[in-house]
Amino acid sequence: MDQPFFFHALKVDDKACIGCSHCMNACPTEAIRIWNGKAVIDDNKCVDCGECFRVCQVNAIYVEDNDFEQIYRFKYRVALFPAVFVGQFPEEIKVSQIYSELHKIGFTHLFEVERAVEILNESIVDYQENKENELPIISSFCPAIIRLIQVKFPSLVDNILRLGTPSDIAAHFYKQKLIDEGIPVNEIGIFYITPCAAKIAAIKNPVGEEKSIVDGAINLNRLFNKVYRNIKQATEDVLISQATELFSYEVLWTLTKGESSRVKGRALAIDGINSVMEFLEKVENREVHNIDYLECRACKEGCAGGILNPQNRFLTVERLNKRVSLNLKKNKQFSSSGIVNYKEYLNEKMILDKLVPRSMMMLDSDMALAMKKMVKAQKIEAELPGIDCGACGAPSCKALSEDIVKGDATLSHCVFVQNVLMQNGEINMETAFAIIDKIWGEHKVVKGSIKSGK
Amino acid sequence: MMQFEYKVEGGDFTNAGNASSEVKKILKKLNVSPKITRRVVVALYEAEVNIVAHAYRGDIIVEIDTEKIRIQLNDEGPGIDSIEQAMTEGFSTASEQVREMGFGAGMGLPNINRNADELNITSEIGKGTNLEIITYLNKEN
Ligand code: SF4
Ligand code: SF4
Repeated sequence: MDQPFFFHALKVDDKACIGCSHCMNACPTEAIRIWNGKAVIDDNKCVDCGECFRVCQVNAIYVEDNDFEQIYRFKYRVALFPAVFVGQFPEEIKVSQIYSELHKIGFTHLFEVERAVEILNESIVDYQENKENELPIISSFCPAIIRLIQVKFPSLVDNILRLGTPSDIAAHFYKQKLIDEGIPVNEIGIFYITPCAAKIAAIKNPVGEEKSIVDGAINLNRLFNKVYRNIKQATEDVLISQATELFSYEVLWTLTKGESSRVKGRALAIDGINSVMEFLEKVENREVHNIDYLECRACKEGCAGGILNPQNRFLTVERLNKRVSLNLKKNKQFSSSGIVNYKEYLNEKMILDKLVPRSMMMLDSDMALAMKKMVKAQKIEAELPGIDCGACGAPSCKALSEDIVKGDATLSHCVFVQNVLMQNGEINMETAFAIIDKIWGEHKVVKGSIKSGK
Repeated sequence: MMQFEYKVEGGDFTNAGNASSEVKKILKKLNVSPKITRRVVVALYEAEVNIVAHAYRGDIIVEIDTEKIRIQLNDEGPGIDSIEQAMTEGFSTASEQVREMGFGAGMGLPNINRNADELNITSEIGKGTNLEIITYLNKEN
Protein backbone atom coordinates (compact mmCIF):
# COMPACT_ATOMS: atom_id res chain seq x y z
CA MET A 1 0.00 0.00 0.00
CA ASP A 2 1.02 3.57 -0.60
CA GLN A 3 1.18 6.14 2.14
CA PRO A 4 -2.24 7.46 3.11
CA PHE A 5 -1.42 10.95 1.92
CA PHE A 6 -0.21 12.39 -1.31
CA PHE A 7 2.82 14.59 -1.37
CA HIS A 8 1.99 17.91 -3.00
CA ALA A 9 4.31 20.38 -4.64
CA LEU A 10 1.80 23.23 -4.60
CA LYS A 11 1.72 25.23 -1.40
CA VAL A 12 0.03 28.38 -0.14
CA ASP A 13 2.26 31.22 0.97
CA ASP A 14 0.34 32.53 3.98
CA LYS A 15 2.14 35.85 3.90
CA ALA A 16 1.10 36.59 0.35
CA CYS A 17 -2.39 35.04 0.40
CA ILE A 18 -5.17 37.62 0.72
CA GLY A 19 -7.95 35.03 1.00
CA CYS A 20 -9.69 36.26 -2.15
CA SER A 21 -11.21 32.82 -2.87
CA HIS A 22 -10.36 32.73 -6.59
CA CYS A 23 -8.48 29.47 -6.12
CA MET A 24 -11.31 27.99 -4.06
CA ASN A 25 -13.68 28.50 -6.95
CA ALA A 26 -11.23 27.26 -9.58
CA CYS A 27 -10.25 24.00 -7.92
CA PRO A 28 -11.80 21.08 -9.84
CA THR A 29 -11.82 18.76 -6.82
CA GLU A 30 -13.09 21.35 -4.31
CA ALA A 31 -9.92 20.88 -2.28
CA ILE A 32 -9.62 24.49 -1.10
CA ARG A 33 -11.30 26.32 1.78
CA ILE A 34 -10.70 29.79 3.17
CA TRP A 35 -9.81 29.76 6.83
CA ASN A 36 -8.39 32.58 8.96
CA GLY A 37 -8.30 34.65 5.81
CA LYS A 38 -6.03 32.22 3.99
CA ALA A 39 -6.51 29.47 1.42
CA VAL A 40 -6.05 25.99 2.87
CA ILE A 41 -5.51 22.99 0.57
CA ASP A 42 -6.85 19.57 1.60
CA ASP A 43 -4.01 17.14 0.89
CA ASN A 44 -6.42 14.29 0.39
CA LYS A 45 -8.33 15.94 -2.40
CA CYS A 46 -5.65 17.92 -4.24
CA VAL A 47 -4.46 16.32 -7.49
CA ASP A 48 -1.69 18.84 -8.32
CA CYS A 49 -3.37 20.09 -11.46
CA GLY A 50 -2.22 23.68 -10.88
CA GLU A 51 -5.54 25.41 -11.60
CA CYS A 52 -5.23 27.34 -8.31
CA PHE A 53 -1.74 28.50 -9.30
CA ARG A 54 -3.09 29.81 -12.61
CA VAL A 55 -5.84 31.95 -11.11
CA CYS A 56 -4.03 33.39 -8.09
CA GLN A 57 -3.76 37.17 -8.51
CA VAL A 58 -1.00 37.71 -5.95
CA ASN A 59 1.19 34.65 -6.64
CA ALA A 60 0.43 33.19 -3.23
CA ILE A 61 0.33 29.66 -4.59
CA TYR A 62 3.86 28.50 -5.21
CA VAL A 63 5.59 25.38 -6.37
CA GLU A 64 7.89 23.86 -3.80
CA ASP A 65 10.93 22.63 -5.64
CA ASN A 66 14.45 21.66 -4.72
CA ASP A 67 17.04 24.27 -4.92
CA PHE A 68 19.37 24.20 -7.94
CA GLU A 69 22.44 23.56 -5.80
CA GLN A 70 21.11 20.06 -5.09
CA ILE A 71 22.69 18.87 -8.34
CA TYR A 72 26.16 19.24 -6.86
CA ARG A 73 25.54 16.35 -4.50
CA PHE A 74 26.60 14.26 -7.48
CA LYS A 75 29.73 14.13 -9.55
CA TYR A 76 27.80 13.27 -12.72
CA ARG A 77 24.73 15.41 -13.22
CA VAL A 78 22.25 14.43 -15.87
CA ALA A 79 19.57 16.90 -17.00
CA LEU A 80 16.53 15.23 -18.49
CA PHE A 81 14.38 17.82 -20.17
CA PRO A 82 11.14 17.74 -22.14
CA ALA A 83 10.88 19.09 -25.68
CA VAL A 84 8.65 21.89 -24.39
CA PHE A 85 11.71 23.29 -22.60
CA VAL A 86 13.36 24.05 -25.92
CA GLY A 87 9.99 25.33 -27.10
CA GLN A 88 10.18 28.18 -24.56
CA PHE A 89 13.02 29.94 -26.32
CA PRO A 90 12.57 32.37 -29.20
CA GLU A 91 13.28 30.83 -32.57
CA GLU A 92 16.56 32.61 -33.19
CA ILE A 93 18.12 30.71 -30.31
CA LYS A 94 19.62 27.49 -31.54
CA VAL A 95 19.26 24.18 -29.78
CA SER A 96 23.06 23.98 -29.60
CA GLN A 97 23.18 27.26 -27.65
CA ILE A 98 20.71 25.91 -25.14
CA TYR A 99 22.68 22.67 -24.73
CA SER A 100 25.86 24.60 -24.36
CA GLU A 101 24.47 26.80 -21.58
CA LEU A 102 23.03 23.83 -19.73
CA HIS A 103 26.54 22.35 -19.66
CA LYS A 104 28.05 25.59 -18.50
CA ILE A 105 25.69 25.92 -15.57
CA GLY A 106 26.64 22.52 -14.26
CA PHE A 107 25.12 19.55 -16.03
CA THR A 108 27.57 16.94 -17.26
CA HIS A 109 25.05 15.10 -19.43
CA LEU A 110 21.91 16.19 -21.26
CA PHE A 111 19.09 14.12 -22.62
CA GLU A 112 15.77 15.08 -24.14
CA VAL A 113 13.23 12.74 -22.53
CA GLU A 114 11.11 12.28 -25.63
CA ARG A 115 13.97 10.25 -27.08
CA ALA A 116 12.44 7.44 -24.99
CA VAL A 117 9.10 7.68 -26.78
CA GLU A 118 10.14 5.35 -29.59
CA ILE A 119 10.45 2.46 -27.15
CA LEU A 120 7.39 3.43 -25.12
CA ASN A 121 5.24 3.79 -28.23
CA GLU A 122 6.12 0.27 -29.36
CA SER A 123 5.35 -1.09 -25.91
CA ILE A 124 1.97 0.65 -25.82
CA VAL A 125 0.99 -0.92 -29.12
CA ASP A 126 2.06 -4.34 -27.79
CA TYR A 127 0.19 -3.72 -24.55
CA GLN A 128 -2.96 -3.00 -26.55
CA GLU A 129 -2.85 -6.57 -27.89
CA ASN A 130 -3.84 -7.98 -24.50
CA LYS A 131 -7.50 -8.95 -24.71
CA GLU A 132 -7.86 -8.65 -20.95
CA ASN A 133 -7.32 -4.89 -20.84
CA GLU A 134 -10.11 -2.75 -19.46
CA LEU A 135 -11.07 -0.42 -22.29
CA PRO A 136 -10.52 2.37 -22.91
CA ILE A 137 -6.91 2.26 -21.80
CA ILE A 138 -6.17 5.62 -20.20
CA SER A 139 -2.70 7.06 -20.72
CA SER A 140 -0.46 7.07 -17.64
CA PHE A 141 1.44 10.10 -18.88
CA CYS A 142 0.01 12.97 -16.84
CA PRO A 143 0.44 12.49 -13.06
CA ALA A 144 -2.39 14.93 -12.30
CA ILE A 145 -4.76 12.72 -14.27
CA ILE A 146 -3.61 9.56 -12.46
CA ARG A 147 -4.31 11.25 -9.14
CA LEU A 148 -7.62 12.58 -10.37
CA ILE A 149 -8.70 9.06 -11.29
CA GLN A 150 -7.57 7.65 -7.94
CA VAL A 151 -9.45 10.31 -6.02
CA LYS A 152 -12.54 10.96 -8.13
CA PHE A 153 -12.96 8.05 -10.53
CA PRO A 154 -11.75 5.08 -8.47
CA SER A 155 -13.57 2.55 -10.63
CA LEU A 156 -11.32 3.54 -13.56
CA VAL A 157 -7.93 2.86 -11.94
CA ASP A 158 -7.69 -0.47 -13.75
CA ASN A 159 -8.02 1.35 -17.07
CA ILE A 160 -4.77 3.25 -16.52
CA LEU A 161 -1.94 2.09 -18.77
CA ARG A 162 0.57 0.24 -16.64
CA LEU A 163 3.65 1.51 -18.45
CA GLY A 164 5.83 4.36 -17.23
CA THR A 165 6.32 7.78 -18.75
CA PRO A 166 9.02 8.87 -21.21
CA SER A 167 10.86 10.64 -18.39
CA ASP A 168 10.98 7.47 -16.26
CA ILE A 169 12.23 5.43 -19.19
CA ALA A 170 14.79 8.07 -20.15
CA ALA A 171 16.02 8.14 -16.54
CA HIS A 172 16.40 4.35 -16.40
CA PHE A 173 18.25 4.41 -19.70
CA TYR A 174 20.67 7.15 -18.84
CA LYS A 175 21.52 5.81 -15.44
CA GLN A 176 22.23 2.34 -16.80
CA LYS A 177 24.21 3.74 -19.70
CA LEU A 178 26.50 5.66 -17.33
CA ILE A 179 26.85 2.63 -15.07
CA ASP A 180 27.87 0.60 -18.10
CA GLU A 181 30.48 3.25 -18.88
CA GLY A 182 31.99 2.46 -15.48
CA ILE A 183 30.60 5.31 -13.42
CA PRO A 184 29.70 4.35 -9.82
CA VAL A 185 25.97 4.52 -9.29
CA ASN A 186 26.18 6.79 -6.25
CA GLU A 187 27.96 9.43 -8.30
CA ILE A 188 25.08 9.73 -10.79
CA GLY A 189 22.33 12.26 -10.18
CA ILE A 190 19.36 12.34 -12.54
CA PHE A 191 17.35 15.57 -12.64
CA TYR A 192 14.13 16.18 -14.45
CA ILE A 193 13.33 19.65 -15.66
CA THR A 194 9.63 19.92 -15.03
CA PRO A 195 6.92 21.99 -16.67
CA CYS A 196 4.46 21.35 -13.84
CA ALA A 197 3.88 20.63 -10.17
CA ALA A 198 2.30 17.26 -10.90
CA LYS A 199 5.62 15.81 -12.12
CA ILE A 200 7.39 17.02 -8.98
CA ALA A 201 4.77 15.33 -6.84
CA ALA A 202 5.09 12.17 -8.93
CA ILE A 203 8.85 12.09 -8.37
CA LYS A 204 8.59 12.61 -4.62
CA ASN A 205 5.68 10.24 -4.14
CA PRO A 206 5.45 7.97 -7.19
CA VAL A 207 2.39 5.88 -7.97
CA GLY A 208 2.92 2.34 -9.21
CA GLU A 209 6.63 2.34 -8.34
CA GLU A 210 8.57 1.91 -5.11
CA LYS A 211 10.82 4.87 -5.50
CA SER A 212 11.38 7.22 -8.39
CA ILE A 213 14.48 6.68 -10.50
CA VAL A 214 14.77 10.46 -10.77
CA ASP A 215 16.79 12.13 -7.99
CA GLY A 216 15.25 15.55 -8.16
CA ALA A 217 13.04 17.93 -10.10
CA ILE A 218 14.10 21.29 -11.40
CA ASN A 219 11.63 24.10 -11.97
CA LEU A 220 11.56 24.73 -15.72
CA ASN A 221 10.70 28.38 -15.31
CA ARG A 222 13.66 29.09 -13.05
CA LEU A 223 16.05 27.20 -15.28
CA PHE A 224 14.75 28.92 -18.40
CA ASN A 225 15.46 32.32 -16.90
CA LYS A 226 18.96 31.30 -15.92
CA VAL A 227 19.79 29.81 -19.30
CA TYR A 228 18.17 32.55 -21.36
CA ARG A 229 20.03 35.27 -19.47
CA ASN A 230 23.32 33.46 -19.94
CA ILE A 231 22.67 33.08 -23.65
CA LYS A 232 21.92 36.80 -23.90
CA GLN A 233 25.14 37.64 -22.11
CA ALA A 234 27.32 34.97 -23.68
CA THR A 235 30.37 36.01 -25.59
CA GLU A 236 32.31 32.76 -25.69
CA ASP A 237 31.80 30.22 -28.37
CA VAL A 238 29.23 27.55 -28.10
CA LEU A 239 30.50 24.29 -26.66
CA ILE A 240 30.15 21.13 -28.69
CA SER A 241 26.66 19.80 -28.28
CA GLN A 242 25.62 16.22 -27.86
CA ALA A 243 22.13 16.85 -29.16
CA THR A 244 20.39 13.85 -30.66
CA GLU A 245 17.49 14.73 -32.88
CA LEU A 246 14.05 13.36 -32.16
CA PHE A 247 11.59 11.70 -34.49
CA SER A 248 8.70 14.00 -35.38
CA TYR A 249 6.20 12.04 -33.33
CA GLU A 250 8.59 12.16 -30.38
CA VAL A 251 8.75 15.95 -30.48
CA LEU A 252 4.95 16.15 -30.42
CA TRP A 253 4.24 13.36 -27.91
CA THR A 254 3.45 15.58 -24.91
CA LEU A 255 1.19 17.92 -26.88
CA THR A 256 -2.51 17.26 -27.43
CA LYS A 257 -3.01 14.34 -29.84
CA GLY A 258 0.71 13.52 -29.74
CA GLU A 259 0.04 10.19 -28.07
CA SER A 260 -3.47 9.36 -29.27
CA SER A 261 -2.39 9.65 -32.91
CA ARG A 262 0.25 6.94 -32.38
CA VAL A 263 -1.79 4.12 -30.84
CA LYS A 264 -4.03 1.47 -32.33
CA GLY A 265 -7.79 1.60 -32.71
CA ARG A 266 -10.13 4.41 -31.87
CA ALA A 267 -8.29 6.90 -29.70
CA LEU A 268 -9.33 10.28 -28.37
CA ALA A 269 -7.25 13.10 -26.92
CA ILE A 270 -8.73 15.23 -24.16
CA ASP A 271 -6.93 18.20 -22.66
CA GLY A 272 -7.78 20.51 -19.77
CA ILE A 273 -8.69 19.06 -16.40
CA ASN A 274 -12.35 20.10 -16.53
CA SER A 275 -12.87 18.54 -19.95
CA VAL A 276 -11.16 15.38 -18.73
CA MET A 277 -13.50 15.17 -15.74
CA GLU A 278 -16.53 15.62 -17.96
CA PHE A 279 -15.38 12.84 -20.23
CA LEU A 280 -14.34 10.39 -17.51
CA GLU A 281 -17.80 10.83 -16.02
CA LYS A 282 -19.20 9.41 -19.27
CA VAL A 283 -16.65 6.62 -19.40
CA GLU A 284 -17.48 5.62 -15.84
CA ASN A 285 -21.19 5.40 -16.70
CA ARG A 286 -20.37 3.43 -19.87
CA GLU A 287 -22.13 6.13 -21.78
CA VAL A 288 -19.45 5.96 -24.43
CA HIS A 289 -18.56 2.71 -26.10
CA ASN A 290 -15.87 1.25 -28.29
CA ILE A 291 -13.06 3.62 -27.43
CA ASP A 292 -9.70 1.88 -27.27
CA TYR A 293 -7.43 4.57 -25.92
CA LEU A 294 -7.74 7.87 -24.11
CA GLU A 295 -4.97 10.43 -23.95
CA CYS A 296 -5.88 12.72 -21.05
CA ARG A 297 -3.81 15.75 -20.06
CA ALA A 298 -4.55 18.12 -17.20
CA CYS A 299 -3.26 21.10 -19.17
CA LYS A 300 -4.73 22.59 -22.30
CA GLU A 301 -2.44 21.90 -25.28
CA GLY A 302 -0.81 19.20 -23.13
CA CYS A 303 2.53 19.97 -21.51
CA ALA A 304 2.89 23.17 -23.54
CA GLY A 305 0.28 24.44 -21.08
CA GLY A 306 2.19 23.37 -17.96
CA ILE A 307 2.17 26.01 -15.22
CA LEU A 308 5.95 26.33 -15.07
CA ASN A 309 6.33 27.24 -18.73
CA PRO A 310 7.08 30.94 -19.09
CA GLN A 311 6.03 31.02 -22.75
CA ASN A 312 2.47 31.18 -24.08
CA ARG A 313 1.30 27.65 -24.87
CA PHE A 314 0.27 28.36 -28.45
CA LEU A 315 3.68 29.79 -29.28
CA THR A 316 5.33 26.73 -27.74
CA VAL A 317 3.20 24.45 -29.89
CA GLU A 318 4.11 26.53 -32.93
CA ARG A 319 7.81 26.29 -32.21
CA LEU A 320 7.65 22.52 -31.78
CA ASN A 321 5.71 22.14 -35.01
CA LYS A 322 8.32 24.22 -36.82
CA ARG A 323 11.02 21.98 -35.41
CA VAL A 324 9.23 19.00 -36.90
CA SER A 325 8.91 20.54 -40.36
CA LEU A 326 12.55 21.63 -40.28
CA ASN A 327 13.62 18.11 -39.45
CA LEU A 328 11.59 16.74 -42.30
CA LYS A 329 13.28 19.15 -44.69
CA LYS A 330 16.75 18.39 -43.41
CA ASN A 331 15.99 14.71 -43.61
CA LYS A 332 19.25 14.17 -41.82
CA GLN A 333 20.49 10.99 -40.27
CA PHE A 334 20.06 10.61 -36.56
CA SER A 335 23.03 10.69 -34.29
CA SER A 336 22.10 7.67 -32.25
CA SER A 337 21.36 8.03 -28.56
CA GLY A 338 21.92 4.31 -28.08
CA ILE A 339 18.59 3.90 -26.32
CA VAL A 340 17.40 1.11 -28.62
CA ASN A 341 20.25 -1.08 -27.39
CA TYR A 342 18.63 -0.98 -23.97
CA LYS A 343 15.19 -1.92 -25.20
CA GLU A 344 14.82 -5.20 -23.35
CA TYR A 345 16.06 -3.74 -20.09
CA LEU A 346 13.73 -0.74 -20.42
CA ASN A 347 10.72 -2.84 -21.35
CA GLU A 348 11.10 -4.55 -18.02
CA LYS A 349 11.71 -1.36 -16.06
CA MET A 350 8.75 0.53 -17.48
CA ILE A 351 6.07 -1.78 -16.07
CA LEU A 352 4.09 -0.16 -13.28
CA ASP A 353 2.55 -1.91 -10.29
CA LYS A 354 -1.19 -2.16 -9.99
CA LEU A 355 -2.61 1.22 -9.05
CA VAL A 356 -4.89 1.63 -6.06
CA PRO A 357 -7.98 3.81 -5.78
CA ARG A 358 -7.96 6.47 -3.08
CA SER A 359 -11.51 7.59 -3.09
CA MET A 360 -11.68 10.82 -1.13
CA MET A 361 -15.25 11.69 -1.82
CA MET A 362 -16.75 9.63 1.00
CA LEU A 363 -18.36 11.22 4.05
CA ASP A 364 -17.28 8.36 6.31
CA SER A 365 -15.52 5.05 5.71
CA ASP A 366 -18.31 3.26 7.60
CA MET A 367 -21.28 3.14 5.28
CA ALA A 368 -23.96 3.29 7.97
CA LEU A 369 -22.32 6.41 9.41
CA ALA A 370 -21.87 7.87 5.95
CA MET A 371 -25.60 7.44 5.36
CA LYS A 372 -26.45 9.20 8.61
CA LYS A 373 -24.12 12.03 7.67
CA MET A 374 -25.61 12.26 4.21
CA VAL A 375 -29.15 12.55 5.57
CA LYS A 376 -27.95 15.24 7.94
CA ALA A 377 -26.07 17.08 5.20
CA GLN A 378 -29.18 17.06 3.03
CA LYS A 379 -31.20 18.59 5.83
CA ILE A 380 -28.57 21.26 6.36
CA GLU A 381 -28.32 21.99 2.67
CA ALA A 382 -32.08 22.54 2.53
CA GLU A 383 -31.69 25.25 5.19
CA LEU A 384 -28.92 27.05 3.30
CA PRO A 385 -29.76 29.73 0.72
CA GLY A 386 -28.37 27.70 -2.21
CA ILE A 387 -26.68 30.63 -3.95
CA ASP A 388 -23.12 29.35 -3.50
CA CYS A 389 -21.84 32.79 -2.47
CA GLY A 390 -18.66 31.40 -0.93
CA ALA A 391 -18.75 33.79 2.06
CA CYS A 392 -18.57 30.81 4.43
CA GLY A 393 -15.15 29.90 3.03
CA ALA A 394 -16.45 26.82 1.18
CA PRO A 395 -17.03 26.68 -2.58
CA SER A 396 -20.75 25.85 -2.44
CA CYS A 397 -23.67 25.42 -0.04
CA LYS A 398 -23.43 21.68 -0.64
CA ALA A 399 -19.73 21.69 0.22
CA LEU A 400 -20.43 23.62 3.43
CA SER A 401 -23.16 21.19 4.48
CA GLU A 402 -20.76 18.29 3.98
CA ASP A 403 -17.99 20.12 5.84
CA ILE A 404 -20.41 20.58 8.73
CA VAL A 405 -21.32 16.90 9.03
CA LYS A 406 -17.65 15.97 8.79
CA GLY A 407 -17.05 18.34 11.72
CA ASP A 408 -14.92 20.79 9.74
CA ALA A 409 -17.32 23.72 9.91
CA THR A 410 -20.48 24.87 11.69
CA LEU A 411 -23.84 26.09 10.46
CA SER A 412 -23.09 29.59 11.73
CA HIS A 413 -20.36 29.90 9.08
CA CYS A 414 -23.17 30.74 6.69
CA VAL A 415 -23.74 34.50 6.67
CA PHE A 416 -27.44 34.05 6.03
CA VAL A 417 -27.82 31.71 8.98
CA GLN A 418 -25.90 34.22 11.11
CA ASN A 419 -28.37 36.88 10.13
CA VAL A 420 -31.30 34.76 11.24
CA LEU A 421 -29.54 33.84 14.49
CA MET A 422 -28.88 37.51 15.16
CA GLN A 423 -32.46 38.51 14.47
CA ASN A 424 -33.64 35.83 16.87
CA GLY A 425 -31.21 37.16 19.41
CA GLU A 426 -29.39 33.83 19.54
CA ILE A 427 -26.03 35.42 18.77
CA ASN A 428 -24.96 39.03 19.02
CA MET A 429 -23.09 41.19 16.56
CA GLU A 430 -19.78 40.53 18.34
CA THR A 431 -20.11 36.79 17.90
CA ALA A 432 -21.12 37.19 14.27
CA PHE A 433 -18.00 39.30 13.61
CA ALA A 434 -15.87 36.80 15.45
CA ILE A 435 -17.11 34.06 13.10
CA ILE A 436 -16.46 36.18 10.02
CA ASP A 437 -12.98 37.00 11.30
CA LYS A 438 -12.28 33.31 11.75
CA ILE A 439 -13.09 32.66 8.10
CA TRP A 440 -11.77 35.73 6.36
CA GLY A 441 -9.09 36.75 8.82
CA GLU A 442 -9.10 39.55 11.35
CA HIS A 443 -9.77 43.16 10.43
CA LYS A 444 -11.16 42.39 7.04
CA VAL A 445 -14.63 43.32 8.16
CA VAL A 446 -15.17 46.54 10.07
CA LYS A 447 -18.73 47.32 11.07
CA GLY A 448 -20.25 45.59 8.13
CA SER A 449 -17.99 47.09 5.46
CA ILE A 450 -15.37 45.02 3.71
CA LYS A 451 -11.94 46.60 3.86
CA SER A 452 -9.45 46.28 1.05
CA GLY A 453 -7.18 43.26 1.29
CA LYS A 454 -4.44 45.01 3.24
CA MET B 1 -32.71 3.75 4.54
CA MET B 2 -32.33 6.60 2.09
CA GLN B 3 -34.50 7.36 -0.86
CA PHE B 4 -33.93 9.47 -3.95
CA GLU B 5 -36.25 10.21 -6.84
CA TYR B 6 -35.61 11.29 -10.39
CA LYS B 7 -37.77 12.01 -13.41
CA VAL B 8 -36.99 11.03 -16.99
CA GLU B 9 -38.52 12.53 -20.15
CA GLY B 10 -39.00 10.36 -23.22
CA GLY B 11 -36.93 11.54 -26.20
CA ASP B 12 -34.60 13.76 -24.14
CA PHE B 13 -31.23 12.19 -24.86
CA THR B 14 -29.36 15.29 -23.74
CA ASN B 15 -30.31 14.58 -20.15
CA ALA B 16 -30.18 10.80 -20.30
CA GLY B 17 -27.61 9.86 -17.70
CA ASN B 18 -28.42 12.58 -15.18
CA ALA B 19 -29.92 10.15 -12.70
CA SER B 20 -27.01 7.72 -13.03
CA SER B 21 -24.50 10.52 -12.49
CA GLU B 22 -26.35 11.69 -9.38
CA VAL B 23 -26.56 8.17 -7.99
CA LYS B 24 -22.89 7.67 -8.70
CA LYS B 25 -22.00 10.74 -6.66
CA ILE B 26 -24.11 9.47 -3.78
CA LEU B 27 -22.55 6.01 -3.81
CA LYS B 28 -19.05 7.49 -3.82
CA LYS B 29 -19.92 9.59 -0.79
CA LEU B 30 -21.26 6.51 0.96
CA ASN B 31 -17.98 4.67 0.35
CA VAL B 32 -19.61 1.94 -1.72
CA SER B 33 -16.83 0.00 -3.45
CA PRO B 34 -15.88 1.24 -6.94
CA LYS B 35 -16.77 -2.13 -8.51
CA ILE B 36 -20.30 -2.20 -7.12
CA THR B 37 -20.80 1.48 -7.84
CA ARG B 38 -19.88 0.85 -11.42
CA ARG B 39 -22.31 -2.06 -11.79
CA VAL B 40 -25.17 -0.05 -10.32
CA VAL B 41 -24.43 2.95 -12.48
CA VAL B 42 -24.07 0.97 -15.70
CA ALA B 43 -27.37 -0.85 -15.09
CA LEU B 44 -29.15 2.37 -14.19
CA TYR B 45 -27.76 4.26 -17.16
CA GLU B 46 -28.89 1.55 -19.53
CA ALA B 47 -32.37 1.56 -17.96
CA GLU B 48 -32.53 5.34 -18.10
CA VAL B 49 -31.70 5.35 -21.80
CA ASN B 50 -34.36 2.69 -22.38
CA ILE B 51 -37.00 5.04 -20.99
CA VAL B 52 -35.70 7.96 -23.05
CA ALA B 53 -35.62 5.83 -26.18
CA HIS B 54 -38.93 4.02 -25.87
CA ALA B 55 -41.27 5.57 -23.30
CA TYR B 56 -43.08 8.89 -22.87
CA ARG B 57 -41.88 9.52 -19.35
CA GLY B 58 -40.73 7.67 -16.30
CA ASP B 59 -39.88 7.85 -12.61
CA ILE B 60 -36.83 6.44 -10.93
CA ILE B 61 -36.81 5.66 -7.23
CA VAL B 62 -33.53 4.67 -5.64
CA GLU B 63 -33.51 3.14 -2.18
CA ILE B 64 -30.25 2.55 -0.38
CA ASP B 65 -29.68 0.76 2.90
CA THR B 66 -26.57 -0.84 4.32
CA GLU B 67 -27.32 -4.14 2.58
CA LYS B 68 -28.57 -3.29 -0.86
CA ILE B 69 -29.47 -0.75 -3.47
CA ARG B 70 -32.91 -1.14 -4.94
CA ILE B 71 -33.83 0.85 -8.02
CA GLN B 72 -37.34 1.00 -9.39
CA LEU B 73 -37.99 2.45 -12.84
CA ASN B 74 -41.61 2.93 -13.77
CA ASP B 75 -42.42 4.28 -17.20
CA GLU B 76 -45.47 5.23 -19.17
CA GLY B 77 -44.95 3.91 -22.67
CA PRO B 78 -45.69 1.23 -25.20
CA GLY B 79 -44.57 -1.60 -22.91
CA ILE B 80 -42.51 -4.60 -23.94
CA ASP B 81 -44.11 -7.16 -26.24
CA SER B 82 -42.05 -10.16 -25.29
CA ILE B 83 -39.82 -9.78 -22.26
CA GLU B 84 -38.11 -13.03 -23.12
CA GLN B 85 -37.13 -11.74 -26.54
CA ALA B 86 -36.03 -8.40 -25.13
CA MET B 87 -33.75 -10.25 -22.73
CA THR B 88 -31.97 -11.98 -25.61
CA GLU B 89 -28.48 -10.65 -26.31
CA GLY B 90 -28.33 -8.58 -29.46
CA PHE B 91 -32.03 -7.85 -29.66
CA SER B 92 -33.00 -4.22 -29.83
CA THR B 93 -36.18 -2.39 -30.57
CA ALA B 94 -34.35 0.93 -30.73
CA SER B 95 -35.06 2.95 -33.83
CA GLU B 96 -32.39 3.63 -36.44
CA GLN B 97 -31.96 7.20 -35.18
CA VAL B 98 -31.43 6.05 -31.64
CA ARG B 99 -28.91 3.48 -32.72
CA GLU B 100 -26.98 6.00 -34.76
CA MET B 101 -26.50 8.08 -31.65
CA GLY B 102 -24.79 5.11 -30.10
CA PHE B 103 -27.64 4.37 -27.71
CA GLY B 104 -29.46 1.10 -27.36
CA ALA B 105 -27.23 -0.90 -29.65
CA GLY B 106 -28.97 -4.08 -28.60
CA MET B 107 -27.39 -3.91 -25.17
CA GLY B 108 -30.41 -2.79 -23.13
CA LEU B 109 -31.97 -5.44 -20.91
CA PRO B 110 -29.28 -8.12 -21.16
CA ASN B 111 -26.71 -5.55 -20.11
CA ILE B 112 -28.83 -4.47 -17.17
CA ASN B 113 -29.25 -8.10 -16.20
CA ARG B 114 -25.52 -8.68 -16.31
CA ASN B 115 -24.89 -5.75 -13.99
CA ALA B 116 -27.66 -6.52 -11.47
CA ASP B 117 -27.92 -9.13 -8.74
CA GLU B 118 -31.68 -9.28 -9.28
CA LEU B 119 -33.77 -7.96 -12.11
CA ASN B 120 -37.56 -8.05 -12.13
CA ILE B 121 -39.58 -6.84 -15.09
CA THR B 122 -43.30 -6.41 -15.50
CA SER B 123 -44.84 -4.79 -18.52
CA GLU B 124 -48.24 -4.07 -19.90
CA ILE B 125 -48.70 -3.31 -23.58
CA GLY B 126 -49.92 0.22 -24.14
CA LYS B 127 -49.32 1.19 -20.52
CA GLY B 128 -45.74 0.89 -19.56
CA THR B 129 -42.89 -1.07 -18.03
CA ASN B 130 -41.69 -1.49 -14.46
CA LEU B 131 -38.14 -2.52 -13.72
CA GLU B 132 -36.68 -3.43 -10.39
CA ILE B 133 -32.91 -3.64 -10.17
CA ILE B 134 -31.35 -4.91 -6.95
CA THR B 135 -27.66 -4.87 -6.13
CA TYR B 136 -26.29 -6.27 -2.88
CA LEU B 137 -23.52 -4.37 -1.20
CA ASN B 138 -21.77 -7.07 0.77
CA LYS B 139 -21.47 -9.41 -2.19
CA GLU B 140 -18.12 -8.23 -3.57
CA ASN B 141 -17.41 -9.74 -6.97
S1 SF4 C 1 -3.54 21.92 -7.56
FE1 SF4 C 1 -5.57 21.57 -8.48
S2 SF4 C 1 -6.52 20.08 -7.13
FE2 SF4 C 1 -4.78 20.92 -5.98
S3 SF4 C 1 -5.66 22.61 -4.77
FE3 SF4 C 1 -4.88 23.49 -6.69
S4 SF4 C 1 -6.64 23.51 -8.07
FE4 SF4 C 1 -7.16 22.08 -6.38
S1 SF4 D 1 -0.35 17.94 -19.02
FE1 SF4 D 1 1.86 17.82 -18.80
S2 SF4 D 1 2.44 19.76 -17.85
FE2 SF4 D 1 0.23 19.51 -17.50
S3 SF4 D 1 0.05 18.54 -15.49
FE3 SF4 D 1 0.03 16.90 -17.04
S4 SF4 D 1 2.18 16.28 -17.21
FE4 SF4 D 1 2.17 18.26 -16.17
